[in-house]
Amino acid sequence: MTSTLRPTVEPLAPAAAVPGPATAPAAKKIALLRVLGPGHVWALGVGIVLVGEFMGWNFAVGKGGPIAALAACWLAGILYTCVAMIDSEITSTVAAAGGQYAQAKHIIGPLAAFNVGLYLVMAYTMLEVSNAIVTGDLIEAFAHSLHLEGTVDKRAFMVLTVVALAFLNYRGVLATLTLNLVITAAAFAAIVVLFVAAQPWAPGAVLQHESLFVGLPYGSLGILAAMHFGLWFYLGIEGTTQAAEEVRSPARALPLGTMTGMMTLLIAATLTWYVSTGLMPWEYLGQAVTPLYDAARLTGSRWLELFLFLGTLFATVASANGCINDASRAWFAMGRDRYMPVWFGAVHPTYRTPYRAIVFFVPIAILFAISTPLDQTITLSILSGLLGYTLMGISIVLFRRKWPLGTIQRGYVHPLHPLPAILLLGLCTVTYLAVFLGYGTQLLAMMAFYIAASAWFVLHRYKYVRRGEQFTMPWPKPKGY
Amino acid sequence: MAHSDRASLPVAGSPPPSAPSGRMPYEPPAQSVAGQIVDALLMLVLVVITLYLPLLLKLAGGGTTTKTVENPTWESLGQNAVMAAQWEKLDFTPEKAATIIGTRFDYAFNWGAMAFTALIIVGYFVFLFRYSDKQYRDVIAERFDGPPRP
Repeated sequence: MTSTLRPTVEPLAPAAAVPGPATAPAAKKIALLRVLGPGHVWALGVGIVLVGEFMGWNFAVGKGGPIAALAACWLAGILYTCVAMIDSEITSTVAAAGGQYAQAKHIIGPLAAFNVGLYLVMAYTMLEVSNAIVTGDLIEAFAHSLHLEGTVDKRAFMVLTVVALAFLNYRGVLATLTLNLVITAAAFAAIVVLFVAAQPWAPGAVLQHESLFVGLPYGSLGILAAMHFGLWFYLGIEGTTQAAEEVRSPARALPLGTMTGMMTLLIAATLTWYVSTGLMPWEYLGQAVTPLYDAARLTGSRWLELFLFLGTLFATVASANGCINDASRAWFAMGRDRYMPVWFGAVHPTYRTPYRAIVFFVPIAILFAISTPLDQTITLSILSGLLGYTLMGISIVLFRRKWPLGTIQRGYVHPLHPLPAILLLGLCTVTYLAVFLGYGTQLLAMMAFYIAASAWFVLHRYKYVRRGEQFTMPWPKPKGY
Repeated sequence: MAHSDRASLPVAGSPPPSAPSGRMPYEPPAQSVAGQIVDALLMLVLVVITLYLPLLLKLAGGGTTTKTVENPTWESLGQNAVMAAQWEKLDFTPEKAATIIGTRFDYAFNWGAMAFTALIIVGYFVFLFRYSDKQYRDVIAERFDGPPRP
């Protein structure tokens, strides 16, 4: 089924100047296709995030030890449950491409929306980069296992991953996300199979928790520090909202897809932690690039090693695929609103995808993938996500204040407001402190980026933005304005 | 209790009941193709300068210390028999594993640096919300209010 969302879709602009209304061409409107259901939303969210079980989360073990990583896993689970609850309410009400970006535009204001758009683009692009790095490392490790070392250049596979998935996204969203649905399910199955093969009912047979556990090598400060990479278990689940304009029934599909995705991830995160900490010394686990693949190797089963090789590969590909989808939609929405050059707001006349936004980030993704350590790209992604969650906690308070319940139609109303918002802001503060421990310079570099970009927007870019068009929802005037 | 909130309220995605009767809309200037290219490239340059260069110059990243051990054995590295067996299954010898095992994060607290970082983050959000609210009032005025009074 297809439909269009005409009021919010910019005419396909020619690549020349940005015209004013008096000279605006009566161009044919081309909109994104509304073809996605709750399963696709689940696949988009879990597909982006499930890779966090296959790599990256284990740096939390390095920052605080195994017990600290488990505490971080559950604390981050609470943080993301708050995010999913809040996001489901806002997204099912403001259903427009760009997700949190469109929400910030309607609830906070243009500068905040510009920053949220950048958070999304940076978080997903750096996650895509991380996936490309792991794909390259994984293929190299598997080749090494087959005694093919020296014949594989992992950088070639990193570049191939970025380019091939960008091409797939260029061609069309339905095929892309249907593929995600299949490979996400296969990757989740790989985690479950590994868990069963590790025989958790027989401690000591395969899993060696008693001999491998070391308590808290950094003391209780390690629990705080581990929260930094604890976010990686779930980072990106809010990506479900990026496809709001392409979902058949946003009010139903977005909350359903997001919340079931969150449950899937909580289960997968716990299984992953349990198996990995029972198979690897914490010092190794704390720096491994492909921990679940390594866990499979340690079981001594070749077929399990092959299965987890494929599972990790599927998870990274599914995640990178979803990331390109989400980053490009946020960039597309910003181009459409003139927060970025309007050239990026174009939809492909045949494939109906934001093709220019998809292609634009390919060089940046390749540059970071081939020359940056994994923990650094993960940290850049986490920091952008974290800034977005902080804004989200304040945004929901403003949303309820400006449009109290009963004044506009909401697809979903999250319970216990403002408790989830307060909890979210508290956990965000803890995570800033966690990142500061060990990665303080990167935290400041990220802030420098957003401050410089904000200055550019305020001093230069905002003059190209049509003021009244920033508010497209058919709502009454916000309370207090 | 979570619930749907639908009773005859404005619907997302449908056009407004009537055209907005806002004040005279702001008319943005046209941007040339060259200007669009410069703006796009500027964002790429900003990413490279603020995010990539610190990594390339090794100014950012894990603050760690590494303890070196002469002629390491699994015992001297603090590894028990099970740990040693798992390292070996992963193709590690004590010599190869020594750097990984001896590397620790340095969590020595610098209160001044923490206060500075907190100030930057809080200052950023305060400016973000205050300036956004100023812009938002213009957006709402243009969308909902009548012509401005002289």
